[in-house]
Amino acid sequence: MSHSESNIAIKVKNLVKRYNHILAVNDISFEVEEGTIFGFLGPNGAGKTTTISILCTLLSATSGNAYIAGYDCTKYPSEVRKSIGIVFQDSTLDKDLTAYENLVFHAYLYNVPKSEIKNRVESVLHFVNLYERKDELVKKYSGGMKRKLEVARGLIHKPQVLFLDEPTLGLDPQSRANLWDFITKLPKEHNVTIFMTTHYMDEAEVCDKIAIIDNGKIIASGSPEELKKIVGGDVVSITTKDNLYARKHIENLLKLEVLEKNNELYMTCNQGETCIPDLIRSLGDKVLSVKIQRPTLNDVFLKLTGKTIREDYAPESNSTKESIRAYRRKH
Amino acid sequence: MELNAVYVIVAREFKKFVREKSRLFSALARPLLWLFIVGAGISRLVPVESGVPYTQFIFPGILGMTILFSSIFSSISIIWDKEFGFMKEILVAPVSRFSIVVGKALSGTIVSTIQAVIILALFPFLGLKLNVIQISEAIIICIALSFCISALGIVIATFYESYESFSVIMNFIIMPMFFLSGAMYPVRMLPPVLQFVSKLNPLTYGIDAIKHVILPSIGGRMSYDFSFHTSLIVIITTSVIFVFFGAKAFERKD
Repeated sequence: MSHSESNIAIKVKNLVKRYNHILAVNDISFEVEEGTIFGFLGPNGAGKTTTISILCTLLSATSGNAYIAGYDCTKYPSEVRKSIGIVFQDSTLDKDLTAYENLVFHAYLYNVPKSEIKNRVESVLHFVNLYERKDELVKKYSGGMKRKLEVARGLIHKPQVLFLDEPTLGLDPQSRANLWDFITKLPKEHNVTIFMTTHYMDEAEVCDKIAIIDNGKIIASGSPEELKKIVGGDVVSITTKDNLYARKHIENLLKLEVLEKNNELYMTCNQGETCIPDLIRSLGDKVLSVKIQRPTLNDVFLKLTGKTIREDYAPESNSTKESIRAYRRKH
Repeated sequence: MELNAVYVIVAREFKKFVREKSRLFSALARPLLWLFIVGAGISRLVPVESGVPYTQFIFPGILGMTILFSSIFSSISIIWDKEFGFMKEILVAPVSRFSIVVGKALSGTIVSTIQAVIILALFPFLGLKLNVIQISEAIIICIALSFCISALGIVIATFYESYESFSVIMNFIIMPMFFLSGAMYPVRMLPPVLQFVSKLNPLTYGIDAIKHVILPSIGGRMSYDFSFHTSLIVIITTSVIFVFFGAKAFERKD
């Protein structure tokens, strides 16, 4: 551990994970600063879960290095495990135990001092608003409650880094919003760094920094704002009384490329706010309506890969998962 | 070894065992059927020539059967834990694989021993007379045998990923282990090949040791197959080997 890097919570350098001919993770590098929310974004099967598994010491890397809180994930797995909390994609709760019992189990497993167990368990239960239902069996919980309970469990041993692998997968919109509400509170209230993966682009907006991964490679990284700049500006669309006239005018005077679709004219401006007055000034009363749209992370992904990140993208990824499973069975 | 982790793994299993009372009743049904129905039927065919009636002869074997089923079932709950994800919660914890295996083996030991003791308490109904020393010794052997078979169950569980494999384990591991354990007939009366296989089965030694303790007057064709010391040494050595391999198998990361 060198002191100059003491504010780096996660460091990954040239990480590779190979299953026979499949490169699940292909030479990725990134750093995550302490106390920030880092988003790992990509379609299903892009290598997100494989990366998390290596960081959590469940998988060994083919080559490259990963460090959590300064500890090498391969050389000091035990130290790494003490420093992290994880919420996996699939539930890892014991459904035949109560919420309270699940949390106490965790506290013992992480060697929390006995005198503190009750306090910590109760405080995380209050934090996720499940205290009143702590003595119910987990199998009676809804999907959203289970996920919240898992986040609560991940906090009991005061980890430095909390991993959230697709935390909102399969939740209804209300539970999703609710979950995000308190995930964004975590870095401040629990002094923890968040590493999350998701394939819902809109959810990644809460991140301080994002890395976009596709086919095992990081294809872009930066803050959401920085990434959106890749798209090249805001999308402005207008309807006019005379599209032909307007189009010619915009192309000649404002030097913007115009696309016509469904009787609407689309153009990309660096700064939508300053672009609109120019448009109206030059077109006068021919303008009927103006719409301005900020680029979304989905537009970024589309721009970088030529495809959207939707779930219908899954068939290929499932085949990757299948091959990885087949590989494991053989070895 | 992390004692807190071992304790909580055992506590979890015990809590679930106590909570599901129906599991205990159905687990006890099997040995009772064998003891009082199969045993009673076969005893008509077997003359009392070796000092003990057949129902008494199979009593140690039925104790062994109780331990075999409950220990293996308890250990292969690991497969359920893998299937339902809970295993990951244990595997990412800062706990050595050795502690996990010991915790799981002790869970099986407690659950099995409780069931074996309940069956053992039926001895007066079989016309057996046991003193306190015999009972205590039998319980100690039950504990050791339960630990051994539970540890074996863990090794088996590491080979399987889903509960679909349950019937394979039932038909190709548990049942043959029971039939080739000297529970229903002395090992020495089997054909040589089956004798050989029976001698590779740790359960055989556990049952033989229990025979030494609760059927001291047995003799002739129904007599013991091994010396008491041999049996104890085999149970202890194989336990250590199984725990070692179980921990190794858990270590695996691919």
